Amino acid sequence: MNTRLYVLKFPKEVIDQPIICNLVKKYDLQFNILKATILMQQEGVMVIEFVGHKTNVKKGLAYLGEMGVTVQSLAGNIRRDDEKCYQCGACTGICPTGALSLHRPDMAVVFDEDKCTACGLCVSVCPARAMEVSLNGNIDLAA
Amino acid sequence: MSEYKVQKTYEEINARIRAGQAVVVTAEEMVGIVKKNGPVEAARKVDVVTTGTFSPMCSSGAFVNFGHANPTLKAWKVWLNNVPAYAGLAAVDVYIGATEPTEEDPLNKVFPGEFLYGGGHVLEDLVAGRKVRLKAIGYGTDCYPNKSLEKEVTLAELPYALLVNPRNCYQNYNCAVNLSERTIYCYMGTLKPHGRNATYCSAGELSPLMNDPFYKTIGLGTRIFLGGGVGYVTWHGSQHNPRALRSENGTTRRPAGTLMVQGDLKQMSPRWLKGVSMQGYGSSLAVGIGVPIPILNEEMATYTGVSDAEIFTQIVDYAYDYSHGVARNYGEVSYAQLKSGQIEVNGKVVPTAPLSSVVRAREIALTLKEWIEAGRFLLEKPIQTLPGE
Repeated sequence: MNTRLYVLKFPKEVIDQPIICNLVKKYDLQFNILKATILMQQEGVMVIEFVGHKTNVKKGLAYLGEMGVTVQSLAGNIRRDDEKCYQCGACTGICPTGALSLHRPDMAVVFDEDKCTACGLCVSVCPARAMEVSLNGNIDLAA
Repeated sequence: MSEYKVQKTYEEINARIRAGQAVVVTAEEMVGIVKKNGPVEAARKVDVVTTGTFSPMCSSGAFVNFGHANPTLKAWKVWLNNVPAYAGLAAVDVYIGATEPTEEDPLNKVFPGEFLYGGGHVLEDLVAGRKVRLKAIGYGTDCYPNKSLEKEVTLAELPYALLVNPRNCYQNYNCAVNLSERTIYCYMGTLKPHGRNATYCSAGELSPLMNDPFYKTIGLGTRIFLGGGVGYVTWHGSQHNPRALRSENGTTRRPAGTLMVQGDLKQMSPRWLKGVSMQGYGSSLAVGIGVPIPILNEEMATYTGVSDAEIFTQIVDYAYDYSHGVARNYGEVSYAQLKSGQIEVNGKVVPTAPLSSVVRAREIALTLKEWIEAGRFLLEKPIQTLPGE
């Protein structure tokens, strides 16, 4: 199973299409909408989490592309400040996806962006506040 | 006749350091050396074992003298970047403590509080060379007529800044779980309900006092790596408890000995003194400490050869037992188990996470090793060792 967050941008031409519904019916994807601004005759923006088999997620994303929806993975916006991180490992106990893990036996803290769902739990758990989740960085969430 | 087969003095070891001939290894490296050669042979080969630890250490702070203004001021209340510093010492001396929050911090009013800035962060800002806003008010006297002062200061401009930590470097610490129904936020991190995770905080086999469990070489005057500079052990720390339960190898199975340390803040670096925010608890300071242990005889070789598998700690419930002084534990685990990522508590497999950085502890032990190998750092025989059993 693959769980990841995406920012979708809907051009105004497809606003009336049942796109998310098709993702469930055709590609067997579960979803969780975290933010959505969809207005008639305007560009829509949605932050959505997809849960499903990797190949289904891939096919679903391809379908979105065909429909003219722009897809950006949100994981790129979670960043570890390596100057601040002192490799203690407190985050590894709370990270639900294993994106933050300890490399054994040297006990280095590894951050695998591909596994990160941008849940943000690590941000406040990190004593050095080295994890930065930015939803607004280079992704414009305004509709 | 000596009871030891190998006997070395501090003077002999220092002579070898000066000559660039001392054999220095880290506490991690020593494990294999003792296992392979036995303690007698290891003591013949190795002169010094370096240790290290890097983690949040409350009971840390600094004495700062900020110099006299014109007209003079007797500071009554003082703030550094809006963090109160204790000024009841003299006219322009203060003590800034690591866990002091900023004046307007919402604390735990919205639980769990973030505690993004505090005394520990002031210390990090100072050693990083950043400007810190100093505010002082006085009540006015004949010799100190000034009543208020506000200026930016840097560590370089301060006449005097001494890191003085009354309790650091705990010899072992609890493994924490939460057996209540709700998530708790404590100085041991975030603990999920029903004991679904566990945290621990020790460098294990790299940790200074694990390698000299009876304080035979550590005491007043021991020269150490402190915050990136050179510091000293200046007393036993507060809550020092040498009578804690011990294993046959001498290591303690409970929190036990502690060190009071001090050193010139101006020598230190933000890599080794870091302000930390413990969600729901408060701010503190992560401190890097490394203690060199002279291998005076095979007994010290045996102690420094201890491995994670031979060091144990107790599992404590932080939801009720810890906060209500209930002396109960949920079993004991070794640091090898803790570092493996999972332990068993009440028959359930529980994931573990550390709060103490092994990567940085190792880096400190290696740095201290380099300093000694280069002849830059000599060992100091303690004037008096710490209180023992």
